[in-house]
Amino acid sequence: MRTITFEQVASAVEGMCIKANTKIGADVLAGLQKARETEESPLCRAILDRIIENDKIAAEEAIPICQDTGMTVVFVDWGQEVYFEGGSITDAINEGVRQGYTKGYLRKSVVNDPLERVNTKDNTPAVIHYNLVPGDKVHITVAPKGFGSENMSALRMFKPADGVEAVKEFVLQQVETAGSNPCPPIIVGVGIGGTMEKAAFLAKKALLREVGKNSSNPYYADLEKELLEKVNNLGIGPQGFGGRNTALAVNIETYPTHIAGMPCAVNINCHVARHTEIEL
Amino acid sequence: MHGVQITTPFTQEAVRSLKAGQMVSISGVIYTGRDAAHKRLVDTLDRGEALPFEPKETIMYYVGPCPAKPGKVIGPAGPTTSYRMDPYAPRMIAAGQTGMIGKGLRSKEVVDAMKQYGAVYFAAIGGAGALMAQSIKQAKVIAYDDLGTEAVRELVVENLPAIVVIDAEGNNLYETGKAAYKR
Ligand code: SF4
Repeated sequence: MRTITFEQVASAVEGMCIKANTKIGADVLAGLQKARETEESPLCRAILDRIIENDKIAAEEAIPICQDTGMTVVFVDWGQEVYFEGGSITDAINEGVRQGYTKGYLRKSVVNDPLERVNTKDNTPAVIHYNLVPGDKVHITVAPKGFGSENMSALRMFKPADGVEAVKEFVLQQVETAGSNPCPPIIVGVGIGGTMEKAAFLAKKALLREVGKNSSNPYYADLEKELLEKVNNLGIGPQGFGGRNTALAVNIETYPTHIAGMPCAVNINCHVARHTEIEL
Repeated sequence: MHGVQITTPFTQEAVRSLKAGQMVSISGVIYTGRDAAHKRLVDTLDRGEALPFEPKETIMYYVGPCPAKPGKVIGPAGPTTSYRMDPYAPRMIAAGQTGMIGKGLRSKEVVDAMKQYGAVYFAAIGGAGALMAQSIKQAKVIAYDDLGTEAVRELVVENLPAIVVIDAEGNNLYETGKAAYKR
């Protein structure tokens, strides 16, 4: 049995919090560049240039891409053959967040309670999703999530008879209502199936997929392409100023569901679509 | 992206000269505030007391910056979503504030106040906080230090890039821009 320690997990998470917030993924950058090439609005071309320049400045100076360094969402795939030494895995992850947000000069945006609202001053606690997997490896993804886009997300419990048309209408309506609020160009995560919380989880997971990569299921890959075109035809454009590039990607994840239902969640991410991963 | 030069104080004459869709560069002194600070500012007005700064002809930037790295004036400082300030903005405008910088849609009440008193709503580029910080030359907290990132700061800015989204006549780039590119 392999052993992984508190320090290993904490230091991996610390490093990932800083990296995710300062260095945009190559896939997102390529998506932005492609948008710059296809954008028809002169104002929005200038905006996309500025966004790309911003991402470069952040990486060079090792400063956050965006001041909203988010609530830290962490996905853990823990191999069943791995023994954890040194207390609680959750404590180790939160220690990593605490150190990363402090040493990285990241903004602390988390409050202790949704109604009392006192800042915890170190961005803890993280939102952590654990998954037990076969094997002796541990895979951790850190995805800081800004709330300008998180607030534009929603969930609906459709009837099975509502079908794919209901999903399409919901996605378009959600993007349209969000307008300029989630800092377009956006990435749209769609989760369909499972139960209420499973659909929301799938929508969040969909945001982790590489930009430009469609679903491995051909039916859903086509649906993603169709929705991306329709979303871009809304005309919202970069920053909502009117243009051809409202979204860089629409990603759909699905799960089996109950005979009586069709939960559907839409989770919106901004162009500062951050996530980084590591295998221990 | 340079566009029209704006310097503070942001006078009625300057306000009336701007049109939705124009790019601008803002220089001078501006103030920062988000939800929590706005609540306190408006409570102060309700009590008939003086604000921590004189609101007449000022521009308010809706931002909660990152902490400054050693040797830096401020951390990344891009706009936050403006609608959360909508319940407070008409009061600030009535008190003399002539400019707001943020991102995203505004309520009818805010636009009505802008038309009535003469004010402009600018959008800065959401998610470009590292770039925006380069235009900020000085920063100091002038009120509500306990709010941390949400404290009210006085910023000295040079050529801060922004776009006129809603002008003092109520023209709205979010509406006209979208209509122009809708298919
Ligand atoms: S929505 Fe994203 S890009 Fe916009 S301010 Fe929030 S974190 Fe930054």
